[in-house]
Amino acid sequence: MQKKIKDISIVIHGAAGQGLKTIELFLAPLLLQHTGFYVFSTSEYMSRIRGGNNSVEIHVSTSPVLAFVERIDLLISMNRFNIDHLCDRITKNTTIIADHSLIAEKHSLIQIPLLDNVQNGNEKTIPNSIVIGIVLSLFAISPTHYIPEIKKYFSKATANQNQQSIEYGYQLTDKLCEEKKLTKYKLIATTAKQDHLISGAEAIAAGAISGGCNFVTAYPMSPGTSVFTHMAKAARDRPIIIEQVEDEISAANMALGAWYAGARAMITTAGGGFALMCETISLAGMIETPLVVLIGQRPGPATGLPTRTEQSDLNLVLYAGHGEFPRIILAPGTPQEAFQLTQKAFNLADKFQVPVFILADQFFLDSLYCTDVFDLTQKIETHIIKTDSCYQRYQLTEDGISPRGIPNYGDGIVCVDSDEHNETGYIAEDKKTRITMQNKRLKKLESIKKYAYAPTFIGSENFTFLVVCWGSNYGVVQETLQQLNTTSFAMLHFAQLYPLHPEAKKYLHQAHKIIMVENNSSGQFDSLLHREFNVRSDHLILQYDGSPFSVEGLTRQLQHISNEK
Amino acid sequence: MKNNIALTRYDKNKPDIAWCPGCGNFQILRAMKLALEELNISPQQAVVVSGIGQAAKTPQYFNVNMFNGLHGRALPVATGIKLANPELVVIAEGGDGDMYGEGGNHFLHAIRRNPNLTHIVHNNMVYGLTKGQASPTSQIGFKSPIQSVTDMPLNPIAIAIAQNASFVARSFSLNINQLKNLLKTAIQHEGYALIDVFQPCVVFNKVNTYQWFQEHTYDLPNDYNPYDREKAFQIAIDEHNLALGIIYKNHID
Repeated sequence: MQKKIKDISIVIHGAAGQGLKTIELFLAPLLLQHTGFYVFSTSEYMSRIRGGNNSVEIHVSTSPVLAFVERIDLLISMNRFNIDHLCDRITKNTTIIADHSLIAEKHSLIQIPLLDNVQNGNEKTIPNSIVIGIVLSLFAISPTHYIPEIKKYFSKATANQNQQSIEYGYQLTDKLCEEKKLTKYKLIATTAKQDHLISGAEAIAAGAISGGCNFVTAYPMSPGTSVFTHMAKAARDRPIIIEQVEDEISAANMALGAWYAGARAMITTAGGGFALMCETISLAGMIETPLVVLIGQRPGPATGLPTRTEQSDLNLVLYAGHGEFPRIILAPGTPQEAFQLTQKAFNLADKFQVPVFILADQFFLDSLYCTDVFDLTQKIETHIIKTDSCYQRYQLTEDGISPRGIPNYGDGIVCVDSDEHNETGYIAEDKKTRITMQNKRLKKLESIKKYAYAPTFIGSENFTFLVVCWGSNYGVVQETLQQLNTTSFAMLHFAQLYPLHPEAKKYLHQAHKIIMVENNSSGQFDSLLHREFNVRSDHLILQYDGSPFSVEGLTRQLQHISNEK
Repeated sequence: MKNNIALTRYDKNKPDIAWCPGCGNFQILRAMKLALEELNISPQQAVVVSGIGQAAKTPQYFNVNMFNGLHGRALPVATGIKLANPELVVIAEGGDGDMYGEGGNHFLHAIRRNPNLTHIVHNNMVYGLTKGQASPTSQIGFKSPIQSVTDMPLNPIAIAIAQNASFVARSFSLNINQLKNLLKTAIQHEGYALIDVFQPCVVFNKVNTYQWFQEHTYDLPNDYNPYDREKAFQIAIDEHNLALGIIYKNHID
């Protein structure tokens, strides 16, 4: 007997070190490839190496899924002591599979020997592989499909032991299903049109590579490190320089030096690390040398919640660096957008000679998304010129953009100066030069605006409520509005936060009520819209507990607002 | 000090130099131009990366690629430039506050990373541009408008040797010929090369004057072996008689 369903949320609970990541990375692609359903997976974890309470949610559905849901249909816990961590999300409809030693009086459990490391053939069982076996059995994924993946995923030394544990879990579950203690899942037949699974971090790394990035510096810091790691893997067989440096200040300066000499460099960091780079961002603005910075946001101030998510560094990035100079801030909402905009970031930085920021967050970087094949039509644009003997790095031009030379390419010399400087690039302290050069730098913003990425509008033209969001909240707002299924709500998602595309004004002015959804405590983007467009949101839906918005939570809040008179 | 030597490709036409008359920086500038010219390196091929301070203004005053960045940050910039284009001859240059104070962490890690570049530190044991405060290399008892120094001075030579730096040298700006030759050797050296250059600040350092440096320094003998790390360390920690020349090299070029 199989349940026919449209959507299932599986949560695996365990401690750091028990291999939750392995479960996620092994199961998610198999589920996508062999069930025909869409898959989205997101994890939440504590800032520790071993122990604690972590969980991964694998959301399987007949329609595209991009968001976290509170609901748990199946919970498998590898915790020996309790499942209190997830209590708020467990309902009478939640099936719970746990180790037979676990006592949780409030809940009915299906208990199995999960943590015993029992002798199984010639090897002992491994808990996380048993869990993999349980899920594979429940979705009736055949051994012919999963066995080849074991060889690919696990090392030669451990493949056999893991396979035996997977089979152990699989057979145990088959038996429980025969005994009618568990039911296999049968989802309504469909075929996912998006058959690639990728994390936000991988999408950004892929975009960087396609943007011609050939130089990456970083000091490790969650959650930015995931992009750095993907770039380091990519660098094994590509001409990309990867340098882990002594501090973020060095990371920023080294990347700036690399751009000056002709490379296309990126820095990866998080809010705290970026705070250390601010003086160098100002330098990039002054010497008009391009820079691309990936910032993975997490809750602050200071160390905050190191492994959780937040969107609270917009103001930091918007105002980073002393003095006044133009910049570009991008905040992709989907992997496709992350790929395209990261690629574009390199072209924009090169063209306008300004710092370009990609503002992501822990939720986006660490989650696994289904996606279409990336659009590869966008090309690498380089704007480096060969210099002549009269070359002046800061030659005054109509649009403020001076042709950019690099050392030893042509007969000129290339002088850049942190001090206010003349056209040649040498220190100058007179008022006239100061005003001319400051105007030249600021003038570039007008050209940059013409290249701004338009916000995405989804919904009926007759909407009443406009739900505005940015960055990683694309998925949760889209899914919530689909579920609400009413023409009174529409969404406007911004993937470029600065400078803003002028088209956005049209939607903002049309809305009867603007509802801003942000993962921070003060409504930073709301303030920016006010600053730029003189528009204020009627409602702020803010969340800053370290977790991403859930579809259910946002649904409740939007319904509450729409019911208000 | 008037420059009697014929103009080189590196000479700029009438630069407006912001250094005080008698400053040791003039001698260092001259030695650099001569070293690059004698090595037949073109101005297009050479990049001088500097921070902030009077020493860091050096690349403003000659015809060469210049990256005049932030206080303390010349080394990571220079490393990025060298990594991006290894064909370039890269020199990082600044004062003792710039390189050993604000940029101290980069100094330690540049030694570890060992990029193929030359690191010139104008060491006058005082902050000039900010008007006379103590620097990381100011000696105990040095009096400034802010402090009478009680902290132990930083010993860059000993630190570099302790970290097994690739090339460690010290010079005195007044001896332009020695400095020029050290610069040539350092530029040709494969790996990170430190040249700490004693340079009197005629306005703010009334202790470590031209005369003081002459009395407290000596040239290493011709038969000195720079590959003996223990001997080099002994020389480095002698704070009364200050050796000039290549004090340590960790490999033969």
